[in-house]
Amino acid sequence: MIDEAFIETLKNRFGGKISGANLENVDPWIEVTSAGLVEVCRYLKQEPTIAFDYLNSICVVDYCETDPKKAAKVKWQPHLEVVYHVSSIRHKTTGVIKVMLPRWKEDVEGQIPELPSVTDVWRAADWHEREAYDLSGVLFVGHQNLRRILCPEDWVGHPLRKDYEMPLEYHGIRGR
Amino acid sequence: MSNANHSEIIELDVRTDEMLVNMGPQHPSTHGVLRLVLRTDGEVVSEAVPHIGYLHRCAEKIGENLTPRQFVPYTDRMDYLAGMNMNLGWSLAVEKLLNYDLPEKVRHTRVMIAELNRIASHLVGMGTYGLDLGTFSPFLYAFREREKILDLLEWVCGARLTYSYITPGGVTADLPSDWIDKCRQFLDQFEPQIPDYHTLLTTNAIFIKRTTGIGIMSADMAIAYGCSGPVLRGSGVDHDLRRDGEPRYRSMYEGYDFEVIVEKNGSYPKDQVYPAVPEEAVLGDCWHRFYVRMLEVIQAIKLIRQGMDFYQKSSGDWGTPIKLATKLPKGEAYLETECPRGQMGFYVVSDGGDSVPRRARARSSCFSNLSVVEELCRGGLIADIPAIVGSLDIVMGEIDR
Repeated sequence: MIDEAFIETLKNRFGGKISGANLENVDPWIEVTSAGLVEVCRYLKQEPTIAFDYLNSICVVDYCETDPKKAAKVKWQPHLEVVYHVSSIRHKTTGVIKVMLPRWKEDVEGQIPELPSVTDVWRAADWHEREAYDLSGVLFVGHQNLRRILCPEDWVGHPLRKDYEMPLEYHGIRGR
Repeated sequence: MSNANHSEIIELDVRTDEMLVNMGPQHPSTHGVLRLVLRTDGEVVSEAVPHIGYLHRCAEKIGENLTPRQFVPYTDRMDYLAGMNMNLGWSLAVEKLLNYDLPEKVRHTRVMIAELNRIASHLVGMGTYGLDLGTFSPFLYAFREREKILDLLEWVCGARLTYSYITPGGVTADLPSDWIDKCRQFLDQFEPQIPDYHTLLTTNAIFIKRTTGIGIMSADMAIAYGCSGPVLRGSGVDHDLRRDGEPRYRSMYEGYDFEVIVEKNGSYPKDQVYPAVPEEAVLGDCWHRFYVRMLEVIQAIKLIRQGMDFYQKSSGDWGTPIKLATKLPKGEAYLETECPRGQMGFYVVSDGGDSVPRRARARSSCFSNLSVVEELCRGGLIADIPAIVGSLDIVMGEIDR
């Protein structure tokens, strides 16, 4: 589904909002800037020849190396990748959309990065975004009800971050 | 009873106040871990908010610290009623990342085992659904048959619930020598008993009254919420990953003759000998979701029979499970499989040079299916809520991360 011609049409239409693509991977993906995310997603859903009407999953991958020995060898800068897996029921195709985010907003540790919500495009994004917020710490701007979904509401931190540390105790329960 | 707004039936001389009611656990597979907070006015529910996340098993975090083969037992515990299907999804995703080719024999073994587990899971789904609505016998009958399937699966791998049988690179062992005969005996004995379930549930007047016309989900709504499996097909969307999925998964079912159960042009497959759809039923209601499961059992039997023939004809070995220290190539792979409850997706990300994935993500069907509850229950009656939640056939282990 995602090939060079497809990327070309998207680039002609959205220009700099398509920040890249990877066609070599097993699942090729397109990379979108956070400012253009909602617009591109809406287009991918509504354009009849593409019709990505089904949102499979939203997932955040944390690129951060906590082991100092390994960290010296890695080539990438620490960042977060928000991955949207979408598919089309009509055309039986699948696609991957990615957004790159800094790990912390304006490099202030503790300030989680922001990303526009796609709940208006796909209803299914509601719970998936809540989960991504809860576990990986991405603030989805425009989400109607962005509360923690799996952890208790007063939980501190985002467990799926690579540098997350288990709390020593929670309401008198020993953690470690 | 219908899903229409019931506010007009509240008589004005009976004063009702808005109340917050905590409901559940009520369904056998939501014990202790699903709580619904209902806002009710008399009998009418104006809001139903599901609260999840009481299990806290950190499955994804564990996946980031174990090699793919070590993670297989954790996938069992996700959907513990269909562990084989979970193993299969994870194994295929890892194999996709490694670009691993499998012997022919493994393919047929996996089809048979996965479909057997699908029957077992649907038996629980349908039996406990009857239990939700107050009928006890189908539950016992369903569990009696399920035990026999579990015997077959236990013979294969030694476990009755958490199998870890299908593993990246193949299966952990070949089928025992008499297994095929025993499996055939089971199917021959099980198939004539299916009409009993239809007598007890499908054509039962009380059951029809309790399930038809409530919890109606339109096809658009089902797609928008990302529903899958029998829930999606019960709304009339013709989508089954065994036929429409990724090549790597779809090719497993190549050469098999089966039908995707969905209402087409106003009726289910014509050749089926099972009871007709009652007049009160509306497409996308609880009854249709239940009925899709019932008919899928018959298709699964058909698939297993074909799988046994293919298996006996195929040569080769049962695969070589990948080594624990196998380095994962740089890249990522996402794969969804059609599990009894819907599409289960696994996502493996590797940054290269390590045998532990950077990210092991599980996207579960029940997670999406449950998110619809809020909308389905709105405007319904309290008595309808068990029927609606039960018809989604959720397993909380899958919703957990």
